[in-house]
Amino acid sequence: MNSPPAAAAVPYHDTVIRQFIIMTVVWGIVGMTVGVLLAAQLIWPELNFDTPWLTYSRLRPLHTNAVIFAFGGCALFGTSYWVAQRTCRTPLFAPKLAAFTFWGWQLVILAAAITLPLGLTQGKEYAELEWPIDLLIAVVWVSYAVVFFGTLVKRTVSHIYVANWFYGAFIITVAVLHIVNSAAIPYSPFRSYSAYSGAVDAMVQWWYGHNAVGFFLTAGFLGMMDYFVPKQAGRPIYSYRLSIVHFWALISIYMWAGPHHLMYTALPDWAQSLGMVFSLILLAPSWGGMINGVMTLSGAWHKLRDDPILKFLIVSLSFYGMSTFEGPMMSIKTVNALSHYTDWTIGHVHSGALGWVAMITVGSVYMLIPRLFNKPKMHSVPAINLHFWLATIGTVLYITAMWIAGVMQGLMWRAVSDDGTLTYSFVESLKATYPFYALRLLGGLVFLSGMLVMAWNVWKTTQPLPGTRPERDANPHAALPEAQS
Amino acid sequence: MSTFWHWFIAAIAVGSIIGCLVLLFGNARGTPGEGTTGHVWDDDLREYNNPLPRWWLNLFILTIVFGVGYLIYYPGLGGFTGSSGWTQKKQLEQRMAEVQAKRQAVYARLGDRDIAALAQDPAVRSLGREVFLGNCAGCHGADAQGARGFPNLADRDWIYGGTPEAILASITQGRQGQMPPFSAALDAKAADELIDTVQHWADPAFNPARRATAMQQFALTCAACHGADGRGNALIGAPNLTDKVWLHGGSREAIRETVLFGRRSNMPAHKDILSADDIRVVAGYVYGLAPPAP
Repeated sequence: MNSPPAAAAVPYHDTVIRQFIIMTVVWGIVGMTVGVLLAAQLIWPELNFDTPWLTYSRLRPLHTNAVIFAFGGCALFGTSYWVAQRTCRTPLFAPKLAAFTFWGWQLVILAAAITLPLGLTQGKEYAELEWPIDLLIAVVWVSYAVVFFGTLVKRTVSHIYVANWFYGAFIITVAVLHIVNSAAIPYSPFRSYSAYSGAVDAMVQWWYGHNAVGFFLTAGFLGMMDYFVPKQAGRPIYSYRLSIVHFWALISIYMWAGPHHLMYTALPDWAQSLGMVFSLILLAPSWGGMINGVMTLSGAWHKLRDDPILKFLIVSLSFYGMSTFEGPMMSIKTVNALSHYTDWTIGHVHSGALGWVAMITVGSVYMLIPRLFNKPKMHSVPAINLHFWLATIGTVLYITAMWIAGVMQGLMWRAVSDDGTLTYSFVESLKATYPFYALRLLGGLVFLSGMLVMAWNVWKTTQPLPGTRPERDANPHAALPEAQS
Repeated sequence: MSTFWHWFIAAIAVGSIIGCLVLLFGNARGTPGEGTTGHVWDDDLREYNNPLPRWWLNLFILTIVFGVGYLIYYPGLGGFTGSSGWTQKKQLEQRMAEVQAKRQAVYARLGDRDIAALAQDPAVRSLGREVFLGNCAGCHGADAQGARGFPNLADRDWIYGGTPEAILASITQGRQGQMPPFSAALDAKAADELIDTVQHWADPAFNPARRATAMQQFALTCAACHGADGRGNALIGAPNLTDKVWLHGGSREAIRETVLFGRRSNMPAHKDILSADDIRVVAGYVYGLAPPAP
């Protein structure tokens, strides 16, 4: 094997990463602010101000699209470009195409932010955007694949690092999911009919929907974890063998899990059973990633005491382990009969979204920002610590409130009196939920306030140090200080 | 399901499970050690090659064993129905039968008492309230006091009549109320006079000349349904205009919209949704809601 060139000699393309990482913070705050407004609307419906484009029904998809695809998407684009270049020791393939993926993706987000409040939607959860935007997504995504895999092809190290396996699986699968599920017959510039109908449409939608969770929000972020956790811990990743087993098991088993969203529906019994069985078998492959990350710290646990970035990364893995245990349990038919359509589902989603996706992203962004802006470290380390506690407390408040609310709703809805009538009307379960809606709003506010602390810290870090010249302008590809803790 | 799809589904499902086992056992061996694989990325990224944790391996196998057992017992492998013969439809029917049996036990005690008598029975009223909350409260409110467009059932005012027979008919057959639009039939001045007069029907201080002109128009366009005295007609559901109860709102703007553009109301028929006994019980509950005559 040829000896790889020294880091300083590789002209990495970091401008596009800087853009994506800054927009990660921006879209995170935007998406979570909309989430907080929605949580408040559930308590005070008049907060829609009698304005159609501020109604819950239109803002809810805006919230989910903003946090998943804008916040999560920018984080995945940015970190994958960083990781692919560093672990392949080569600059990005087709840097102009990479720049296009940034501007194209921002255009998609902007289009979503305009069309969703206008009520233009395909009505498919997490795939609401109408066909012209879907086409743009497909073009951007294929460009992303070209840049990412092109970079892998021209690598100067012989082995492909495990983080890239996960990023690669995420990029390929999301392309397939998006193109298949968004297949539609347009009948006007902004309206279309799904190419599928009935139970088939529902099944295609949730095959997409669950794999959006599995590949966008799990595999992609596992790629992030596989790089940033060992890098920040300064320790080798726990097990190559475990990487192989859990990678292949995860990506093959996830494909089956979609039907657990359609328990006790028009979906045939056999499809429901297969969805449930494979969701259960998914538990161990999911936990493989957690073990690989957490055990990487064995022998270096003391680092958790004074490194708030590492705290973010490790706590995110704990939430990951928790929600990937909870998910298989909720897919069991008898549990699902209780949990489905209740706020338990919302709690489950947010233990993954806030606890895992947001916290691993936040930790990685805190690691990247000083390196991207040529600074020794973040402007304020205590502020990272404060953010860590706000994020953790916010997440725990949120998911606890939704667990209690969800189980309570499930029990109230199914309660039957001795005379064979339902004991509670729907509105009684709604009234009983209000205290938990308030607690959830509080949790969301706490989490959001942490993001605002982060925005301030990132802003201060990007400013030139007093009395110095911003070096990165003079040489955008200058060697970056190494991360040694 | 065709034979092809049966085998296709069963084969890829079983194949995926076997694939997992092959993957697991192919990588299960290995000894813990501090040695890395020797690969280095980005200056300092290395990887150990620790063996798969034993407890994790066992967890994986446990879920597979459970899954295989489940697919033998329940439908899952294509057209194979499972050894239990379970279907979600059977489960639903069984649960519904349990609930119906509980209800029948209560209904057996109803006898052939009429609605007025049922309304006096606290047990029936409590049962009726639960049927009401589950089926009626969505429109008429949990307190039965209605909302704009949905009649208040807890007062003494009845659009289609408040006799037990009328209430039973409203629930069983539903009601389709229609106020036709009069924007084409009325000029602006006539409409204004009419709306003012209807709004102030019971107000003795209202301008008598304006009322007199409007009543001529009322006789032509409105009296056929609402009656010459404006007290409505329960047979066709034309509301009484002389009281303070306004189904679609009593403001000047609301009445204007009603007169000029009409209204459509729809109480759905419940004969296919509720059993005859359910309907009697909920009718008794509603009948009992009206406050006693002053």
